[in-house]
Amino acid sequence: MEKSTQQPSRRTRAGYWQYPDTAPEIREHGRLKPYGELTRPSPLAGTRGNVQVGTALAWFSIGVGIAHLLAPRAIARASGLPNWPLLLRAIGVRELACGIGLLSRPTSGAWRWSRVAGDAMDLTLLGVAAFTPGSRPRRLAATATALAGVTALDMSAGTQRRRTPSRQMLAGWPGAQRVNKSITINRPADECYRFWRHVESFPTFMDNIESVKAIDERRSHWRAKGPAGSKLEWDSEITEDMPGQLLEWRSAPGGDVDNSGSVRFVDAAGGRGTVVQVQMDYRPPAGKAGALIAKVFGEDPAQQVEKDLRRFKQLMETGEIATTEGQSHGPRSLKARLFNKGVEK
Amino acid sequence: MKATCWHGVNDVRVEQVPDPRILNPGDAIVKISSTAICGSDLHLYDGYVPTMEAGDILGHEFMGEVVEIGSKVSRLKVGDRVVVPFPIACGHCFFCEQKLFSVCENSNPNAHLAEKMWGHSPAGIFGYSHLTGGYAGGQAEYARVPYADVGPLVVPPDLADDKVLFLSDILPTGYMAAEACDIVPGAVVAVWGCGPVGQFAMQSAYLLGAERVIGIDRFPERLDMARDRSRAETINYELVDVPDALRQMTGGRGPDACIDAVGMEAHGVGVAYAYDRIKHVMRMESDRPTALREALMTCRNGGVVSVPGVYGGLSDKIPFGAVMNRSLTIRTGQTHVQRYMQPLLERVVRGEIDPTCIITHHMALDEAPRGYDIFKNKQEQCVKVVLHPQH
Repeated sequence: MEKSTQQPSRRTRAGYWQYPDTAPEIREHGRLKPYGELTRPSPLAGTRGNVQVGTALAWFSIGVGIAHLLAPRAIARASGLPNWPLLLRAIGVRELACGIGLLSRPTSGAWRWSRVAGDAMDLTLLGVAAFTPGSRPRRLAATATALAGVTALDMSAGTQRRRTPSRQMLAGWPGAQRVNKSITINRPADECYRFWRHVESFPTFMDNIESVKAIDERRSHWRAKGPAGSKLEWDSEITEDMPGQLLEWRSAPGGDVDNSGSVRFVDAAGGRGTVVQVQMDYRPPAGKAGALIAKVFGEDPAQQVEKDLRRFKQLMETGEIATTEGQSHGPRSLKARLFNKGVEK
Repeated sequence: MKATCWHGVNDVRVEQVPDPRILNPGDAIVKISSTAICGSDLHLYDGYVPTMEAGDILGHEFMGEVVEIGSKVSRLKVGDRVVVPFPIACGHCFFCEQKLFSVCENSNPNAHLAEKMWGHSPAGIFGYSHLTGGYAGGQAEYARVPYADVGPLVVPPDLADDKVLFLSDILPTGYMAAEACDIVPGAVVAVWGCGPVGQFAMQSAYLLGAERVIGIDRFPERLDMARDRSRAETINYELVDVPDALRQMTGGRGPDACIDAVGMEAHGVGVAYAYDRIKHVMRMESDRPTALREALMTCRNGGVVSVPGVYGGLSDKIPFGAVMNRSLTIRTGQTHVQRYMQPLLERVVRGEIDPTCIITHHMALDEAPRGYDIFKNKQEQCVKVVLHPQH
């Protein structure tokens, strides 16, 4: 097959998720089309939110700083501290410095952590004040609670979010998710592709899909089980078809489930079969609420894709799907029948 | 049919359940002639393995006659007398191809549960919690055996059940533990736990060329068995400080290899043991690694610590500094039974190893609850219970 001479498929090997900006576009040959109805999350979108958090914290610091500088006695009264004007003014100066620093560099981790350090000093001060005559313990306790909340907020702002490449929320669509899953199958890429191209066989390994009817070479009609016993139907179209390598699909407008995605078949390192990579953008029928319901009932799309891929692998490698459904067992408890986590139905 | 079902801590019952049926084209149904209670079944009995559910059929050491086969089974035929290995392996995945059958990628239908617990999923196992598939086990009259062409070993009719039954688990487990020790002629091997796996590990160590084998336990009948049957020197850890004794016995250097045939419910003595016991009972650690710690601390520099004992999840205070600074090697894993069945069958036929020597009790299947009880509490000098479902 000519595939082995095509280099581009190699660059998509495991590893890109560590560098989100270098994630390969799912389409090759330089042709980039809009990704269905779902917009690809901009790498900057996250950063903008990040800047806003930093700026908000900066102005909060500056506000607190000015209040401490101008009205230390009122602050002391309100927070239950003894009358320590000089100390409170010093805190005001610290807060101002923090605020200005953060305003100049809102995404800086160091300035954010300087706020956490300040919070720690203030909490210590509250502890000392509790044993000092002239303090009001009940107000001190309330202040400490509020300050603990601010500390938690500062710590979370100072910690960088880690990506979970297998599931991402898509910006701009409530509940919409991108699912990335891959699995290694001990069969040639061509064989895996051919099985996958025959969409009518999907119900054999996709748990939630009840039936797939081919309409023509590229279009098909899907019926699926939805969350909480609902039925879902939609039409799907294959938008890209590179035999032995890549299939892309997207749902037609007007169906119950918006979804689009791709599956690629890449030779695994060392001739160890085929890496099957699925990327699916998915919008549940009832937006965020629908996604939550689905998760509660164990029908979260990321987990579903993972299970389906595993079954696909079992079918490709062994010709059957491992199961215990229908096996014998003794009387089950009510708990096992209600939440049958791993227990055969 | 009758089957031994788990119902909770210290609660197993022999109950009437539906007969098993073929669910996949690669399945076979085996009419069980002999089945045993394994030491690892006691971890289920004691409630230390998560994801057990009331009604689960126990048992992963069994043999019998093939009475029905699925449409795709070609190697086995009805009437074959087979021993069934405890790990369920598909025979086609990357790991099966490397003969790492107990980490087969395809046989665990609950792989997603196992991944949460262990990162990746191992193979399915008969009657051993839903983490490893929730497959119905073999302490029953019949069992469904998936991938029948891959696992079961056909055994000749002239060998009694007792001679071949343990090829399903404990004989290969003891052997693999000894094989992992890189034994060279003259080696000294210490074995924690003189139960069935420990006995087979000691005997295998000699088969592989060890010069001295030391067995550690606290029950006189097991220490006697280690001395008489497995030709081991013995230490009773309730009477003797084990690290000190091993130092004395090995010229200050420590054994060349240490085998932990105890696992997650180790017993010990002193304050450290009381601390582990309390944490274990309160479910603040899933394993009590008393024997493993001792093995790691006493093994000679550059030696091997081999762990056939079962561990479930998280253990506290593993002296990893000893492993790193003293160049220790740790080898472990659920046994890749399919790899060892044929060669060990040949050793049994040649008389090099006699698996029957550990059996202390034969019972009808109905007596399984009593079997669990005396095996757990070491009453009637119980070392190994074999159940006979067809009696």
